[in-house]
Amino acid sequence: MSKAKEQKMNEKYPTLPKTPTGIIGLDEITGGGIPKGRPTLVCGDAGCGKTLMSLEFIIRGAIDFDEPGVFMAFEEKTEELAMNVASLGFDLDKLQKQKKIKLDHVHIDRSEIEETGEYDLEGLFIRLSYAIDSIGAKRVVLDTLENLFSGLSNETVLRSELRRLFHWLKDKGVTAIITGERGDGKLTRQGLEEYVSDCVILLDHRVINQISTRRLRIVKYRGSLHGTNEYPFLIDEEGISVLPVTSLKLEKPVSSERITSGIPALDKMLDGRGFFKGSSILVSGTAGTGKTSIAAYFANQTCSEGKKCIYFAFEESPNQIIRNMHSIGVNLQQYVDKGLLKFFASRPTLYGLEMHLVAMYKVIKKFKPQSIVLDPITNLITVGSVSEVKSMLIRLIDFLQEEQITVMFTALTLNTIISDQTDEGVSSLVDAWLLVRDIEYNGERNRGMYIMKSRGMKHSNQVREFVITDKGLDLVDVYLGPEGVLTGSAREAQILQEQTGEVLRDYAFGRKDREISRKRKVLEAKISSLQTEFESIEEELNKVSQEEELVKQVAAKTRAEITQRRGEKG
Amino acid sequence: MVEQDPDYDNLDEQQSYILRLFVTGASPNSSRAISNLKQICETYLKDNYELEIIDVYQQPMIAEREQIIVLPMLLKVSPSPERRLMGDLSDTEKVLIGLGLKKY
Repeated sequence: MSKAKEQKMNEKYPTLPKTPTGIIGLDEITGGGIPKGRPTLVCGDAGCGKTLMSLEFIIRGAIDFDEPGVFMAFEEKTEELAMNVASLGFDLDKLQKQKKIKLDHVHIDRSEIEETGEYDLEGLFIRLSYAIDSIGAKRVVLDTLENLFSGLSNETVLRSELRRLFHWLKDKGVTAIITGERGDGKLTRQGLEEYVSDCVILLDHRVINQISTRRLRIVKYRGSLHGTNEYPFLIDEEGISVLPVTSLKLEKPVSSERITSGIPALDKMLDGRGFFKGSSILVSGTAGTGKTSIAAYFANQTCSEGKKCIYFAFEESPNQIIRNMHSIGVNLQQYVDKGLLKFFASRPTLYGLEMHLVAMYKVIKKFKPQSIVLDPITNLITVGSVSEVKSMLIRLIDFLQEEQITVMFTALTLNTIISDQTDEGVSSLVDAWLLVRDIEYNGERNRGMYIMKSRGMKHSNQVREFVITDKGLDLVDVYLGPEGVLTGSAREAQILQEQTGEVLRDYAFGRKDREISRKRKVLEAKISSLQTEFESIEEELNKVSQEEELVKQVAAKTRAEITQRRGEKG
Repeated sequence: MVEQDPDYDNLDEQQSYILRLFVTGASPNSSRAISNLKQICETYLKDNYELEIIDVYQQPMIAEREQIIVLPMLLKVSPSPERRLMGDLSDTEKVLIGLGLKKY
């Protein structure tokens, strides 16, 4: 269904006026409701929800749109009807007293009837007309009109009278729903679709693999665009809700806002800032690799920022998850108490895939979370085939992206050979894919994590060891040893070995240093002794030359004295 | 089909018939029904019946109360059991059976 296109059309041409049914989702599929002032046929097998749908149409009309309605029941008594919808929180008696709704039970019992000649259904017309006029009804429901056929034998009269009835309803200008049981090869047992040709809605109730799913399809809607697919619908304590999540457009808003995964080391791998807001993240891995822990961390992080999160658990009960996460230092209970975190646990086999989708859709719409967790999607396979799960997840992701809700799926990879292909075939849909895998080496099992993909951001290509301790989760760089990647105790051993090496090296360095200093000392000692020797030799030499000088001086002095003396004498 | 007392003839003598005929104005079916019924009553129940002819157009409320769908309709109020005869009463046999005037 392309709404934009339809709106464009509305601007150009006056289109069919429509009456909103008020039933969640149905008005979206029909582009505004069922044709105003015309009869609509709702058909389906027994127990598919025809009566409830038509009754909800009347009740919603009376409450939400201020359009009084007449409900003419050919099957159930008015008290039974009132009782049936009381469980949905509607008070039919009160609405009847307020003259917003008129219930009329038509009782036909063949055993009490004798047909004695020509007749017509004028009584029904009078009755209906009186009911409509008494409350000014805008909406009319004839619940299983075909019951007339079991009560009366003259089919020719009935058919011509029904034709007249539909014309009459149109003339009255009331929006009518006529329900009919599905017949063999025909939409209705008596071929009512011949008379009601404007809008036909088919309800279906199928059981596949022992799981029943209700579906709705608009077979025909004259003069209007409408969704043509089969849409699942849900009957719960709030009535009927139809799920029109099949947006085929890829025009969703995107956000460049980032949200943290709750594990700082993981954020670091993702460009240092975590995931994009509104993106979808798949965490896959073999059993016991800590997928749930990652998901719980993510939920915990969302809640610690004061934002809302829904945790859809398909494997464990909420209490089990809370207890288990306590062991790794995550206290989810506090957020549950604060109303930030909501658990929504159900066994996948509880109902069909589509029902799961509708249920999730409803919870999400109501709670308006910032992020959701689905743990694990693998279990959904038990209720549908891979392709069905995929189509369901496509629709869920579509819906979530539109709502800008970040989603984290966990998926179990069953085979140990990690296939790059798919996990439930959703890997092509998700924006980020984290893979947690076992690394078995040296007689122990460790966890390695890496990012398979992360659209639109620079991300690490490194395998990190994923460590779960009682303090929480952390990622550690793995060691590359001669025999490959080292994890766990092998990594510890490697670290130890390297530490030992360092000590030894340090020691060696120290010894060499000391040797050098000793050598230097020896050398320095030698240098000083040579110096001393040189000094003593120098002194010796100096002494000799000084003596000679002295001798020379003394000799010269003596000669001068002698000369002087000789002169005096002579 | 009709639970009849074996000696119904006697009972009929004692108990008077109360009949109500619901019609829609002067439509062909209704007119026929009135004349047919009058004839049957005159023939089989002379002076032993009370007939009330009700025009549903005039009293639409009665349609819901009396569970009326098909018109014209003859309602045999008494003697019990209550019976409803649909149509213009042209099939005299069926009318007589319905009124308990004839064995099936």
